[in-house]
Amino acid sequence: MTRQRAILGHVYMVVFLIYLILPLLVMGGAAFNDSKLPTIVPWKGFTWGWFQALFADQRMWNSFLNSLLVALAVVALSVPIGTAAAILINSVSGRMRATLYGFMVAPVLAPGLVIGISTVLFWNSLGDSIGAGNFFFFNPGLHLSTLGQVSFISAYVTLLVLARLQSFDQGLEEAALDLGASHGQVLRRILLPHLYPAIGAGAAIAFFQSLENFNVTLFTRGSMDTLTVYVFSQVRSGITPTINALALMLMLFTIVGALIFETRRRRRAAIEREMLAQAAAAARAEE
Amino acid sequence: MSDLLRRYGATLTGAFVLLTGFWLLALVILPNVSLFEQSFRPYLPFTEIGGPRDTYSFKNYGTFAFNPIETTFFGFDVTMPIHIKAFLDTILYSALVTLFCLMLAYPLAYYLAKVASPQSLPTLLLLLFIPLWVSEALRAFAWYVILTFNGPLNALLTGIGLIDRGIRWQQGVLTNYDAIVVVLVYCYVLFMLLPIYTAIQSLDRNQIEAAEDLGSPWWRTHLRVVIPHSKPGIASGCVMVFMLSAGSLLVPTVVGSTSALWFPQSIYTWFNDAQDWQTGAAFSMIFLLLCIVFVILMMRLFRVKLSDIAK
Repeated sequence: MTRQRAILGHVYMVVFLIYLILPLLVMGGAAFNDSKLPTIVPWKGFTWGWFQALFADQRMWNSFLNSLLVALAVVALSVPIGTAAAILINSVSGRMRATLYGFMVAPVLAPGLVIGISTVLFWNSLGDSIGAGNFFFFNPGLHLSTLGQVSFISAYVTLLVLARLQSFDQGLEEAALDLGASHGQVLRRILLPHLYPAIGAGAAIAFFQSLENFNVTLFTRGSMDTLTVYVFSQVRSGITPTINALALMLMLFTIVGALIFETRRRRRAAIEREMLAQAAAAARAEE
Repeated sequence: MSDLLRRYGATLTGAFVLLTGFWLLALVILPNVSLFEQSFRPYLPFTEIGGPRDTYSFKNYGTFAFNPIETTFFGFDVTMPIHIKAFLDTILYSALVTLFCLMLAYPLAYYLAKVASPQSLPTLLLLLFIPLWVSEALRAFAWYVILTFNGPLNALLTGIGLIDRGIRWQQGVLTNYDAIVVVLVYCYVLFMLLPIYTAIQSLDRNQIEAAEDLGSPWWRTHLRVVIPHSKPGIASGCVMVFMLSAGSLLVPTVVGSTSALWFPQSIYTWFNDAQDWQTGAAFSMIFLLLCIVFVILMMRLFRVKLSDIAK
């Protein structure tokens, strides 16, 4: 790697970051423009008005609440399902394992709209065939959005937990069983604590995937709104900069969250380095 | 299986099997069976469902080939059914998006994996991740703001005197799909970057240095060493980007022009506006088939396994 090419690399990196972030800044900036259209030119003066309009928008708050509810329900379903599937898949081998694995990753690759439509069709025809077609559960609504999302989000949890299971020492379970632990204790005290990091990461991914989901939700939601669907319908039906205000706030939450995560990670890394250095110093002192 | 029983007992093993079974049967397999079955049924008023007219046929699939329109395809004037046109356009422009993403992401992935200093890497990755945390709806909307007729792009270009008056970007300059392609690339380029970055990262730097020591020019090092090694990442990224682009409903609706029809928009119109779920199901089956064919094609082309792609 010559020097010029390294510099070219740095420049490309910076240009790419600008390319990624500039559109978001333009969108955020338009939230403060005192113009009826979401734009930054012509600049008609600074205003907080769009934020006030946003907070007064009841439909936005409803859809926000719906998004949160669906996301929590998705976490509550996909974490146990994904973990159970990972434990199951880890204990079989050969063709059975390949088949199970194939069925599990298929929904990850399947397009969202196919998942959405097939979920609605299945529950609807199930309702019709048992003569309960009018019962709310079998008609589109947020519960079907939840089930549709769980069908592919569970696979993310499975993949994470499966990776973590590779480093699990099954001898620990044997030892516990030999010492008289019950099956429940083996799961609760030995296996789950080892899996907690993966389960936690899976829950976080499930939550954010659900919040951000659009395709599955659009086809299954019935007449309900989630936040992404709300943004979509606002953009379609003529927009005011309240959407920009909403976008800016969501972005700020994201960035603050990411920064907190990163500083905590760095502090942990620093502490680990410190401890290693101390251990090394102690080792030298002993010599 | 017997191993599970011994470790966790019948109750817990039963619970694992039940949970997994519910997922695979009720949420994955049966809905797809239902989609397949419904796609052959006619669209009927509620009272006639199960009646004498409720028979299986290929009629819904036939709809795919109806409604011919005069159009241009690759510069030729042809008459072709509107849905087939949307289908082919979607494939063509999604492939283009995939190619652009690959070209943009590969150098950057290499830079991150092998050139950037280890100290700055976490910060760079954090910055790259920020747009990924912003929802797709908002990222598409950000470009709506930029491309709109009275927007900053036109203001900038007229300001520096490059153009005389604003361009209607959403109608497209070269084709009707310009804006859609640009925004899809923006939305999905990171899905290309991350798998390639992971793949290149596992390449031993000594291999690159050995190639350079033996006098290989930089492009041959990439062609013979780095790219072959990063094949699983490239395949995975291409599958992700193509499927996300072809399946996107948000981006074409938010920034697309009225003369650009994306296939998911066709499906949505049947499903939502026409309330004809059966034809919607048939179109979804066609779309699903396209995706399966694409995944198999990529697996053959890059000689990788399914487990390499879905990570």
